[in-house]
Amino acid sequence: MLALQILIDGFAISALYALGATGFTLIFGVSGVLNLSHGAIMVAAAVAAWAAASVLHLDIYTGALFGVGVALIVSFATYFAVVKPIQNSSRIPNEEKEIFVLTGTLLWGIMIQELIAYFFTNNAKTVLPIVEGVVDIFGNRTPRNNIFTALVCCLVIGLLWLLVNRTRTGKAVLAASMNPRGVTLLGLELTQIYIVVWGIYGILAGIAGVLLGMFLGVSSYSVGPLTASAFSIVVLGGLGSVSGSLIAAFVVGYLETITAYMISPAYRTIPALLLLVFVMYIRPQGLLGRR
Amino acid sequence: MANFFTSRLFFISLACVAVAATLPLYVSGYILGLLTVAFYFGVFAMAWDLLFGFAGEVNFGPTFLIGTGAYTAGILNNQYGWSVYVCILLGALASVVAGFVLALPALRVRGPYFGLTTLVAVLMLQNFVVVFADLTGGEIGLTIPDVITINAGANYWIALGFMTISAAILYGLSQSPVGLVLQASGQDPVQAGALGFNIVKHKLAAFIVSAFFSGLSGALLVFYFGTASVGTVVDVAVGVNVIVSAVLGGRRTVLGAALGAIFLIVAGEFLRPTGELATFIVSAVALLVVLFFPGGFLGAALSREARS
Repeated sequence: MLALQILIDGFAISALYALGATGFTLIFGVSGVLNLSHGAIMVAAAVAAWAAASVLHLDIYTGALFGVGVALIVSFATYFAVVKPIQNSSRIPNEEKEIFVLTGTLLWGIMIQELIAYFFTNNAKTVLPIVEGVVDIFGNRTPRNNIFTALVCCLVIGLLWLLVNRTRTGKAVLAASMNPRGVTLLGLELTQIYIVVWGIYGILAGIAGVLLGMFLGVSSYSVGPLTASAFSIVVLGGLGSVSGSLIAAFVVGYLETITAYMISPAYRTIPALLLLVFVMYIRPQGLLGRR
Repeated sequence: MANFFTSRLFFISLACVAVAATLPLYVSGYILGLLTVAFYFGVFAMAWDLLFGFAGEVNFGPTFLIGTGAYTAGILNNQYGWSVYVCILLGALASVVAGFVLALPALRVRGPYFGLTTLVAVLMLQNFVVVFADLTGGEIGLTIPDVITINAGANYWIALGFMTISAAILYGLSQSPVGLVLQASGQDPVQAGALGFNIVKHKLAAFIVSAFFSGLSGALLVFYFGTASVGTVVDVAVGVNVIVSAVLGGRRTVLGAALGAIFLIVAGEFLRPTGELATFIVSAVALLVVLFFPGGFLGAALSREARS
């Protein structure tokens, strides 16, 4: 019985982790950027959805859309205000751009976090779930929202797969992640591909953020842990590998759920961290990493 | 090295230290307390700059080294009541061991992978503190019975002296042949190795020196505060402040890192009336510096001097 419960609970949280990490890894794969404002963008989406419902009194669906829209805007702002100026800067040596992007996005994330805390306080906010109530699965009472979360995550990841593998734009994105110079030689504008990727990333992070807001609730304190968990999932799976991130998300999600049920919720994150250190030692490029 | 003693930088730093040393004679205890913390923070930032600016290792976990030193010193004092100086020394040694542990993955993985490993090290330390709450005081913090002195002026002089000596040693090291080899192995390990330098040895030495000063400073800070808590010496946010200080002041300058740390702490205090917006403003200023003056304060000043 406990096994089934872990299976059901772990699936929803893993799917949510997967969705959050996919956008993060996509950006790294295409433009080599590790976006440390990731958690802030997710929280911004969730808080926007919450504010739309409780301050502006919009209905749940409009609120959720509003949240995703805000994430999209913040994502573009991150690219144009922070990442692009650093990438184009002539004063920063190329080999140090990585650390500058890390520092820049980190500071940007802190700014978003502080603004959220200033305008909406530090209190945890729970977005009203789109579906309510519980269902009975073989004797386990499961909130419908869990199932809804898992379904939406799988659907969005499926759509992303179709977009990347079946459309012209998606193929350009895929090509850019394999060989940016080759793509420019074929006459495609790299900047435009970056804009598309940051757009996709914004939507993914937005959906993940709003779902997280419905599932667990968020506060401005969630920013750091959310970034850290996305970062570790992505490194565990191998930087830039979307399928690796998906596997890693499920490994981490289930490991956390099992620990929380079998040992104690206080130790929830420890086994995943140990696993990460272990993988770093024996396979530094991650599960499906290319390097 | 020899021409450093005749350079403008040397006289400016000497003048700054001399002026700073006279401060307790005419400023309030409040400002002294603020600067004391800022000086210890300056050592954190300089130790980090040695690793990043010279050895080229992106260490996201400076607080792993700081926290190990601080908590070891605190726990020994709290549990066994050993003398303050023994505790501080043992704290610094524990931090050296931590630096050694951190150096092991650094010799295997690079760039973002190493960055993540160091971040994980901090999270593990944080979990350790919370799980072993009997020993460490958990989330509330560890009370430390002894202090070095309660005189604000004396505390200030200790911090200033400690920072000056650390700065002299770290800066001297960075300008010495060892510093050059480190810089070379950070930028192109293969070529540096091909020139016959033992990269592993040099990087290990950088980690150990950085850890020693981080741990020593962390232990001193704990005995100044009279308490050790996750929020002051372990939290990722503290580490972020250390990194921001070093980048603000100018990476690869060592002395700039201390300048950045003092600026960050003092600015944070001046902005206190703005309440919750203080961190926002400091982060925004730091972001603008990163975007428009990537060399940092000292980097910009030095390059202007070099041009003229």
